[in-house]
Amino acid sequence: MRKHWEILVVDDEPVMRESLAEWLMEDGYSVDTAASGKDAVARAREKDYAIYFLDLKMPPGIDGIETMLEIRKLHPEASVIIITAYATVDTAITAMKEGAQEYVVKPCSPEEISLLVGRIIKVKNLQRENFILRKKLTRHYRFQDIISKSAKMIEIFDLIREIASLRSTVLIQGGSGTGKELVARAIHYSGSRADKPFVAVSCGALAETLLESELFGHEKGSFTGAGERKPGKFELADGGTLFLDEIGDISPKLQVDLLRVLQERSFFRVGGSEEVTVDVRVIAATRVNLQEAVAAGHFRDDLFYRLNVINIEIPPLRERREDIPLLAHDFIERLSHELGKEVDEINEGALKLLFDYDWPGNVRELENAVERALVTAKGHVLTEDDFTFLRRAQQNGNGWVAPDNVALDEVQKQVIMATLRRTGGNVKEAASTLGIDRSTLYDRMRKYAIER
Amino acid sequence: MSVIAVAAAGMIDEEAIAEAESSLGSVFGMKTRRLPPFPEPSYAYDAARNQYSSTLVLRDALGRKPQDVVKLLVVVDADVFIPMLSFVYGQAQLDGPVAVLSLTRLRQEFYGLPENRPLFLFRIRKETLHEIGHCFGLTHCRDPLCTMCLSTSIQQLDRKQAEFCDGCAILARDAVRAMGDSG
Repeated sequence: MRKHWEILVVDDEPVMRESLAEWLMEDGYSVDTAASGKDAVARAREKDYAIYFLDLKMPPGIDGIETMLEIRKLHPEASVIIITAYATVDTAITAMKEGAQEYVVKPCSPEEISLLVGRIIKVKNLQRENFILRKKLTRHYRFQDIISKSAKMIEIFDLIREIASLRSTVLIQGGSGTGKELVARAIHYSGSRADKPFVAVSCGALAETLLESELFGHEKGSFTGAGERKPGKFELADGGTLFLDEIGDISPKLQVDLLRVLQERSFFRVGGSEEVTVDVRVIAATRVNLQEAVAAGHFRDDLFYRLNVINIEIPPLRERREDIPLLAHDFIERLSHELGKEVDEINEGALKLLFDYDWPGNVRELENAVERALVTAKGHVLTEDDFTFLRRAQQNGNGWVAPDNVALDEVQKQVIMATLRRTGGNVKEAASTLGIDRSTLYDRMRKYAIER
Repeated sequence: MSVIAVAAAGMIDEEAIAEAESSLGSVFGMKTRRLPPFPEPSYAYDAARNQYSSTLVLRDALGRKPQDVVKLLVVVDADVFIPMLSFVYGQAQLDGPVAVLSLTRLRQEFYGLPENRPLFLFRIRKETLHEIGHCFGLTHCRDPLCTMCLSTSIQQLDRKQAEFCDGCAILARDAVRAMGDSG
């Protein structure tokens, strides 16, 4: 069905304005009119029109070209037709240079204007069709909640399908923000356990004793504050899947406990003597190289082998750049809705910028970048101007070499900034990488005025 | 009972105005009336363009339309324009009460050709239906044979028929019914 395209006619002469509006309405368009540039900008603020007819000379106030510039700030891809009663090469050049799509001298033949409007609408229809096809394409490249067309990821999708209904433990390795939990969920929801619970625990977020109680539960009065018996995540996940994120962060004691559960399928609650048996599939994830941790003696090799029955390694975003446009469009569609913004497009310049960026924080960083751009975006199209913060980040990070006689403070500042970039602004992870605690890192960030 | 009317602005060829009137009656099935002629549209004359403003003719007609007339077609024997365009064959208020039709460019003589009376009257029939069709809410049709197809040249106008395509006929009939005059 033909979309009902809307047109705005802007002219200070009532007869000119109304007659053109009526003529366009006869052609099936929905037409609004504005008597001044100011009025036109106010209307453009309320909605985006398929075509703007702007009279070049509109005293008093802002003229056609100034109005066009204001409208293009709101809608960078607006189709503007500048109308004038007399043609000079200069005004034509100015109008086109400033971004007018067309320039017409009135009066023009009905055929000329009909062809002109028809041509612009044809492009709009194609853009719309393109948008719909792209949405279909995104669905085509979607596996559960993961979107990708990269060969490596498609191999992972195939592997997930194969192993989804098995009970074997899975170890997912990948950098921060690569989507390890999404892969774990995809395994769970593609398999026979899909209607049972999927329970996720971030092992790095809790102190050892709390994590132990969190995983295995506790009996009433087993420790200070343990008022009631509480089931642990293993019990809650019975029949389903337990996802243990940041498995590399768990203590040697917990490594032993976990090994025992994986071997025996049973455990004791903290402070309890009754053995609890569960049917849980464990999927573990890590951003650090566990093999290296094993070699360094930080991680038990028997637990590593028990976890690493099926190994999935998620490539960083910079190794699957072909997914950047797909992901960016998906984030725009979802986040613009959540944020109440009417953005549905991203221009080529912005996509190139996203394409060229290194994405140390991977897909999560891309999502954050799109969200940040959406928050400040003015029109319905994201442009490179909405992503200037990425350019700054890239410039700040590239090729930093410590000059001679550099102050230690400066070194610290640069190292913290570089680490935060690599972790996609994740302070906890950056603190861990730098070997300092989070509060110390926050202090330093405040001291050096570093933003995440 | 509401009426669909036709009026000449100034002195108009009797056969031409009769053709317009009969076209309306045959298609819309409503009672038609010929109003006494309106004044010559000299008030709409634009000396710089040597043409007449169709918008001003429409405005004048709105003030003269009798209450019981629901749709009014004013026929002028003058070349009409809107400021944006070099000419128009007519102008209508979409879903509104008034339309104007110019005879000037419907004559073969305008294009330096010998007079062709039947062709002239046939063009009047097409454009009468086209402009009043707009008053009944119909927009331009993509069917090149439908009378609601946009004509930007006399060749395009001659290509189409003096009748609505099936789709436009349904829309026109619905619009007439909605007015309570299924006739």
